[in-house]
Amino acid sequence: MKVETEVKPTTDAVPDSPETPTIRIVATHAEIDESERIAPAATRAAEAFAVAEGEAVFELDDLSCFYGSFRAVRNISMSIPRNQITAIIGPSGCGKSTLLRSFNRMNDLVDGASITGAIRYHGVDLYGAGVDPVEVRRRIGMVFQKPNPFPKSIYDNVAFGPRVAGYRENMDELVERSLRRAALWDDVKDKLRSPGTALSGGQQQRLCIARAIAVEPDVILMDEPCSALDPIATLKIEELMRELRESYTIVIVTHNMQQAARASDVTAFLTMGDDRAGHLVEMAPTDQLFTKPANRTTEDYITGRFG
Amino acid sequence: MASTPRTQALTAADVVRRSIEGGRVDWRSAAVEALLVGLLVLTLGVLAWLLVVVFVNGIPVLAERGLDFLTSPLAARPDEAGVGQAITGSLWLMGFVALLSFPLGIGEAVYLAEYARAPWFTRLVNTVVRNLAGVPSLVYGLLGLAIFVVALGDVLGPGSASGRSLLAGGLTMAILVLPIVIITSAEALRAVPGSIREAAFGVGATRWEVVRSHVLPYAAPGIFTGTILSMARAFGETAPLILVGAVIGGFNVKYESVLETLQGRYTALPTTVYDWARKPQDFAGNVYAAIIVLIGVLLVVNALAIYLRYRFERRW
Repeated sequence: MKVETEVKPTTDAVPDSPETPTIRIVATHAEIDESERIAPAATRAAEAFAVAEGEAVFELDDLSCFYGSFRAVRNISMSIPRNQITAIIGPSGCGKSTLLRSFNRMNDLVDGASITGAIRYHGVDLYGAGVDPVEVRRRIGMVFQKPNPFPKSIYDNVAFGPRVAGYRENMDELVERSLRRAALWDDVKDKLRSPGTALSGGQQQRLCIARAIAVEPDVILMDEPCSALDPIATLKIEELMRELRESYTIVIVTHNMQQAARASDVTAFLTMGDDRAGHLVEMAPTDQLFTKPANRTTEDYITGRFG
Repeated sequence: MASTPRTQALTAADVVRRSIEGGRVDWRSAAVEALLVGLLVLTLGVLAWLLVVVFVNGIPVLAERGLDFLTSPLAARPDEAGVGQAITGSLWLMGFVALLSFPLGIGEAVYLAEYARAPWFTRLVNTVVRNLAGVPSLVYGLLGLAIFVVALGDVLGPGSASGRSLLAGGLTMAILVLPIVIITSAEALRAVPGSIREAAFGVGATRWEVVRSHVLPYAAPGIFTGTILSMARAFGETAPLILVGAVIGGFNVKYESVLETLQGRYTALPTTVYDWARKPQDFAGNVYAAIIVLIGVLLVVNALAIYLRYRFERRW
C-alpha cells in the first residue's frame, strides 16, 4: 500500500496525532540551510529526519525513560523507517540500550522502570491500556549483547518461540528455514540435537538471530549484537543484517561507529547531558550523518574527539 | 681479553640470575602453613576419633545380629531390640515431609524469585524466612506440640495415639525444613542468569512459560540438592520429635492402612538412639550400631545430593 506524501514546510516535525491526516515529510540534509545548522541545535537537527507516514514502524513522541526517579533517556522524538536498518550510536551510558528496550517493552521486566511520552508502533500506542507486552515481543524480537542461547538443543532454541506462539505446522521445516535465514544451517544441520551453548560465540549469536526470526517478527531489535564477537563473526552478522533488511525492520544499538557506518541505512546519534540522561542529537541517513553531520557534537563524536 | 675476565664473564644473564636465584627462606609462610595444617589435623582427628569409637563399639553388634538388628522392633532387652520400627518410622516421616515441604517450599521460592514485584515485600519475606531457618529445632517441636498434638490431636492422632501421631511428627518436621527448602530453592532460581529470562521473554513467552520451560528446569539440580540436604537435616533431628511424642521405649502395633499408619504412633532412628543412650550400660553396643545405621543413611542421602549436583550441573 502506497501512502501519498506531500511536502510541507518542516517547521513542525512533531509526529502528527492520528486524527490529523497531514503527512510528514522526509527532509534531507540539503534542505537544512546554514541558519538551521547553527540554530538551537540538537532537537532541531533530530527533527529534520522524518519518515513518511505509513513508512514509520516506530514513532517516538517526546519519550523519556526512567529507572525509579533516575531519568535515563530524555525527550526523544524520532521515527524509525520500515525495512531499513536504523543504527543508534552514542557514548557509553547515554541510554541507547534503554531506548531500544523500550521498543518491545523489555524494560517492563525491570523493577521501577517507566516511561513518559509515547511510542507508537504502526500508529498504535505501545504503552496504551490493553496492550499485551507478550504479544508486543512476539512482533518485535530482540537479539542481545551477549549471545544467550538456552542451554537446550539447537533445534529447541529455535523452536521455543514458535511453540509458545502456538505454531502447529511443520516445525522441522520452520527450524530449518529460520536457521538458513540466519546463515547457520550449513554449520549445524548435522547436530541439531546438540546443545546451542556448545557453538562458537558467532554461531551462538546467529542462533539467537534464528531464534528471533523463527516467530516471524516484524521488527528485530539488536542490542550491540557484535560486542562479544571477533571481527570475522562480526562481519558475518553484518552481512546477515543486510539480508534480513529485506523482510524486517532492524534497529541496532552499537558502540562501534564503523559498524553503524558499514551496516546501517539511518543513524541516530545520542549523547548525554550533565543530568546523565541521553538525548537525541541528530538523526540522518547514515552516509550523510557520517560525512556531513549537521551538528557539531555529532561531528566531534564521529571524528573521535570524544566518546 | 685475558686481562679483564671478570667483566667479560658477567653477562646480562648473570645479573638477572643473581637477582632471582637463592632468595631467603620464607619462615613466616612456612609457619602459617604449618599452623593451618595443624588445625586441620586437629579437627579431622576429633571427627575420626568419634567415628572410630562408634565403629569399634557398633560393628560387633551389627556383625553378630546382622539383618535381625535392622528388622527387630524396639524391645526391653538389648539382644532383642532392633531398629526396624525406627527405620520404617524415619522413612515414613521423610516421605511425608518431602511430599509436603517440597511443593510448598519450591512454590514459595518460585513466587519470591520470579513473581513477587514489590522489593520491600520480597526483602521482608526473605528476612523472615532466613530467621525461621535459624530458629532452634526445639522451638518447632514446641510449636508442633501445641498445634498438631494438643489442638489438632483428635484429628491427626485419634484413639490410643492420643495425638502423638506420625502426622503430627511429619507436619512438625515439614515446617522445620520449609525455610531451608525455600532458601535453597530461591537461591538456585536466582542463579539462573537474567539473560536467559530475557531471551525467553524476547520471543514472546509469558512469565509462566519462562518459568516452566527455562528457569525451573535449569534450576532443578540446585533445587534437588538443597531439598535433599534439607531431608538429611530432618532425618537427623531428634529434639522436636521427642517433644511431639515419637515413641521411646517400645510399642507393638500392626497398622492395616496408610491412614492408620499416619494417625498411629511411630518412632524414628535418632529418637531411638537417644532412648537407648539413656538406658543401662548393656545397651551401649546397640546405640553405636544404631548410630552406624543413621550415619549410613545420611551418607547415602548426601551422596545422592552430590551426584545430582555434578550430574546436572550447568555452566553459564
